[in-house]
Amino acid sequence: MVSAKRESLSNAVYVLPTVVFVLVFFIVPLCMCVYMSLFNWTMFQGHRFLGLKNYVDLFVDEQFFRSLSFTLLYTIFITPVIIITAFLLALMVNRRGMHFLGLYRTLYFLPVVIGLSTSSLLWIWLLNDRVGVVNAAIMGLGIIRDPVIWLGRTGLSLVSVVLSVLWKTVGFSMILFLGGLQSIPDELYESAKIDGCSYLASLGRITLPLMRRTFAVTILLSVIGSLLAFDQFYIMTAGRPANSTVTSVYWIYLNSFQKFRLGYGSAMSLVYLAALLVFCIFQFKIFRFQEE
Amino acid sequence: MSTLRKSTIHAAYFLLALLFVFPFFWSAINSLKPAAEASASPPTFLPSVVSFENFTKLATYGAGVGKYFLNSLVTAAMSVALSIFFSFTAGYGFARFRFPFKNAMFFIIILTMILPFQTIITPLFFFMNWLGLTNSFFGLALVYTVLQVAFGTLVMRTTFASIPIEIEEAAHIDGCSSTILLLRVMLPLAIPGIVTVGIIAFINAWNEFLASLIFMSKESLFTLPVMLSNVRSGPYGSIDWGELQAGLMVATIPCMLLFLLLQKRYVSGLTSGSVKG
Repeated sequence: MVSAKRESLSNAVYVLPTVVFVLVFFIVPLCMCVYMSLFNWTMFQGHRFLGLKNYVDLFVDEQFFRSLSFTLLYTIFITPVIIITAFLLALMVNRRGMHFLGLYRTLYFLPVVIGLSTSSLLWIWLLNDRVGVVNAAIMGLGIIRDPVIWLGRTGLSLVSVVLSVLWKTVGFSMILFLGGLQSIPDELYESAKIDGCSYLASLGRITLPLMRRTFAVTILLSVIGSLLAFDQFYIMTAGRPANSTVTSVYWIYLNSFQKFRLGYGSAMSLVYLAALLVFCIFQFKIFRFQEE
Repeated sequence: MSTLRKSTIHAAYFLLALLFVFPFFWSAINSLKPAAEASASPPTFLPSVVSFENFTKLATYGAGVGKYFLNSLVTAAMSVALSIFFSFTAGYGFARFRFPFKNAMFFIIILTMILPFQTIITPLFFFMNWLGLTNSFFGLALVYTVLQVAFGTLVMRTTFASIPIEIEEAAHIDGCSSTILLLRVMLPLAIPGIVTVGIIAFINAWNEFLASLIFMSKESLFTLPVMLSNVRSGPYGSIDWGELQAGLMVATIPCMLLFLLLQKRYVSGLTSGSVKG
């Protein structure tokens, strides 16, 4: 007999299936990662023990560091762009007395529900030099004479990818900010108005300080998402030119699933995981998962 | 406020909305052009004639778009069912019962949310391959479910915690067994949480790319996003733009409809999963 009152192991019956499921399909692979990283693990020809050689190889792998610094560059570039745009959009869709506010919220949010790979494919087409509408539009306005190859050189590719990802994901951060804005009591703004505070002053003195936690969560989620970037570069640049737009996850993918160096891919995954761990711990703290 | 200022503000809201919606709209228009016109340079605006040529071409691309659509649908549906089952039971267990190692078990589940799954994809692939679960919709659905259970458990735990315990006690006094209680009494009360878990699991599975790319190597088993990225590559590096637009329509319309239908649940799910925890 299951009883909610007493503490007993039989009470765990409802959570056990999920715990076992996660153990098998998440924790086991995680432990295997450590084991596999010590081997010359291939897909088809068995494996040979290497000790720490994979880790040593990693430190002379130039592309590993190029990917790492490109991923960081991408993250540092895109995070403020997304956060600032999302906050401004949230202020817009939180405006009182505006018509069709609900409709605007839905429309600004719409790209969030499609896949990142799908939106990347859409943007390849929009940015194409021959058939794309972006080039056609700015040429039509007379700003440029020849079409821009948006996805050619590294710098311009990065800008193009950032813009497409901004379009696709900004609605998500906007909704998080909107939640933060709506949790601030109206009375604060009313009394600030009575005290003669301007809109900008109450933004700086009330809104921003009270939304510190929302900012922390939104920035953290955006940073983690960017550090794990794969779809957008796999589809929009395919790593070109000369592997300069290969991100860290992309480089893991290429080693494990194109070169079939599963041991090396595992070692790289673990090193990258260790590098990300500080964000993971921060996330755990900030989200307060523990029992209330 | 002056009328001029008011209309400027309205125009700004409207233009921004256009920026977010126009690419979909433009893609939809393009998918209905004849194939040659869809790849014309410079692009035309409205189609000279409305044509379903791109869709009929897509219907015979590879194993046929219908097959890929079904692949995505079957995988997503299995992931939804599994996610709901695991989240429902675990959420109930964590909300209502006391047992040893409760915090440790909770932590193990939450770990799947904190550690990025991209970093364990290499051993996960090897493990699933060893179990014979690669090139299998069920295997892919299992992977997607692992990514959903932490979020789902959190949502369901909150849902159950908000259901008054007196309802359960009354049912117990009436002689309900635990299973009947859970299915007849608790299940209907937990529907909002279940819908939230379900829609998020569906949209995430429908859109997922990396795992699908890795776990499904047989072309006839591809899901829509991976199949579309192949249309992009095309033979000899050329792209059939009209076919791509038609494919984008097939991939985006279902999840967009679902979202518009269940918008409140989807948005509240997204925000509760990431902010409150």
